Amino acid sequence: MNTEIEEKIDSQKYLEMDLLRFTTAGSVDDGKSTLIGRLLYDSKAIFEDQMDAIEEVSNRKGKGYVDLSLLTDGLRAEREQGITIDVAYRYFATPKRKFIISDTPGHIQYTRNMVTGASTANLAIILVDARKGVIEQTCRHSFIASLLQIKHVIVCINKMDLVDFKQEVFEKIQQDYKDFASKLSIPDIRFIPISALLGDNVVDRSENMTWYEGSTLLHTLENVNISSDQNFVDARFPVQYVIRPQSDEFHDFRGYAGRIEGGVFKPGDEVIALPSGFSSKIKTIETIDGQLAEAFPPMSVTITLETEIDISRGDMLVKANNQPQNSQDVELMICWLNEKKLVPNGKYVIRHTTKEARCIVKEVRYKMNINTLHRVEDDTTIGLNDIGRILIRTTAPLFYDSYTKNRFTGSVILIDEFTNETVGAGMII
Amino acid sequence: MASYNLTHLKQLEAEAIFIMREVAAQFEKPVLLFSGGKDSIVMVRLAQKAFSPAKFPFPLMHIDTGHNFVEAIDFRDDMVAKLGANLIVRYVQDSIDKGRAQDEKGPNPSRNGLQTITLLDAIEEFKFDAAFGGARRDEEKARAKERFFSHRDEFGQWDPKNQRPELWNLFNGRKNPGEHFRVFPLSNWTEMDVWQYIASEKLDIPNIYFTHKREIVVRDGALLAKSDFITLLNGEKYEERIVRFRTVGDMTCTGAVESTADNLDDIIQEVASARQTERGTRADDKRSEAAMEDRKKQGYF
Repeated sequence: MNTEIEEKIDSQKYLEMDLLRFTTAGSVDDGKSTLIGRLLYDSKAIFEDQMDAIEEVSNRKGKGYVDLSLLTDGLRAEREQGITIDVAYRYFATPKRKFIISDTPGHIQYTRNMVTGASTANLAIILVDARKGVIEQTCRHSFIASLLQIKHVIVCINKMDLVDFKQEVFEKIQQDYKDFASKLSIPDIRFIPISALLGDNVVDRSENMTWYEGSTLLHTLENVNISSDQNFVDARFPVQYVIRPQSDEFHDFRGYAGRIEGGVFKPGDEVIALPSGFSSKIKTIETIDGQLAEAFPPMSVTITLETEIDISRGDMLVKANNQPQNSQDVELMICWLNEKKLVPNGKYVIRHTTKEARCIVKEVRYKMNINTLHRVEDDTTIGLNDIGRILIRTTAPLFYDSYTKNRFTGSVILIDEFTNETVGAGMII
Repeated sequence: MASYNLTHLKQLEAEAIFIMREVAAQFEKPVLLFSGGKDSIVMVRLAQKAFSPAKFPFPLMHIDTGHNFVEAIDFRDDMVAKLGANLIVRYVQDSIDKGRAQDEKGPNPSRNGLQTITLLDAIEEFKFDAAFGGARRDEEKARAKERFFSHRDEFGQWDPKNQRPELWNLFNGRKNPGEHFRVFPLSNWTEMDVWQYIASEKLDIPNIYFTHKREIVVRDGALLAKSDFITLLNGEKYEERIVRFRTVGDMTCTGAVESTADNLDDIIQEVASARQTERGTRADDKRSEAAMEDRKKQGYF
């Protein structure tokens, strides 16, 4: 077991770390669990009692190795069936960065989990088996990463040990992937040849692949620049909650609480409230720790205005010269999350930023074949795990941006009016 | 652009505040489950931040097993008095007296599972439709699958295989009458994050988190504190050790660790070098591989 010398933690450094959320897509056969297990183990995020527990279970089940997937497969049914049913979240930190992994199963029937895991990710790791190359599943995972606007993708070509660490194998797969990915919109794609099992290029540089001059996986995760991925240009503040203390001390206080979803707000900025269109000036940006000189995504703040105008939850503060689109007719790419199929002309509850309304599905334009990226126009039934393009009409106008411009003002969920389940995830076009 | 970076802890704080405000907006009658432990202390701080300068718009509730550390209860009452918050306490003993629950038998009978009964009764009594908990996904493998907004049916049950997908920052709190939600704003925090936050926010915590002398008995590798709720088995005896607690639960199932950490920085160093999970000291999780999942399905925290 791990007996290395304890390292002191520097609290000041810890507090200054930033955060990278990434998603991993792949199936058991790709060595995904092994890879995650290695990242967690080498960064000391796996504890002895967890390791003891999975060693014990691995032995009892007669496995000849320590099955690291037992770490992430937390539910009884998952362990019994040896599959991952749901998105599992794992956490680790290096002295440089803190990481949140959303670990999602890769089978076709779990597209909904991948979409869920990808919706909050900055980066996706896509695993390719060096013996198999780019296969249907690789395309599917990459398409979803692209659809969800993940800006950084690391293609890990795994099991290099089983192809004698050959450079030609790596380069062929890299080229195949590039050919295919030219159809997608992923701005930053990197390729790393690894062996998750032996640890080559995961944390430490491989001695078996001296021809590879790029970074290891962990080094890449620690250093990829995500600071410009958020939208700091188009100021968007969906009002979440109105704070009125009604105490003697804060008798006239009226603050609009919410999260900055785009751009930068400062005291003195001219803003307008949607849908009313009334304008005012930002008086203060309040937090319990004092007033702020500016607020930017993803801060949760409370904004007060110079003048009293009628604003409630679901409204949005923006700047007059930079307004979102405003319409009741909205085109979406939708990923269907429920066993009950999408009902053409059906009515759903829709949630967009802090606003809730109802909508009707006016038209299904087409369905995507997510393995070939072809549009299917003769069969437009949208069932569980399907992705398609639809047109909806909402009962109240939405103030939105395209998903490519802003993930948070460009996304919606559809909710079944009767079961209250979240049935669809939509990205506004 | 570099100045527009939020540190990871600030991001987690912003996320938790967002969740709390979302609950206040989407639900009629939320409640914050408060034990006096470190996670619930962080939760109260976040609630203050979320609604400042107003008071947070929900009461606190403690499900008292009667097997608590007296230091934790004293701390709880002090803190509530300072906050001027509304604290509801419901007792497992009352559930037992009413015949709705029954104590376990054995040498360290745990009331851990019984809390579920009292909790669900209290949720029904006050018609709470959302209950905040301080649980984190890094604590335990069944919790790693938990949502921020966790739906509970009319029996208070969790159905892990049929959870609502959670995408972006769109949280669906819609429900039918009689159902409720458990909400976990600290989902993405780790034990280290909680301690760093306590240190950077200078939050008070009960003194049992710091080193002290205590009589303990070693049972199945766990260091259990001397209390009226534990019966010594053959060959067992109490001995004095220098210990502290990493978590605050029932005295019957919360193990101590030997430690001389008497300040937050020492605790942080200990957490950093710890090779056991914090729940490794909790006997309640060791009962089976799926002990937590089973309890959660029935409506546990």
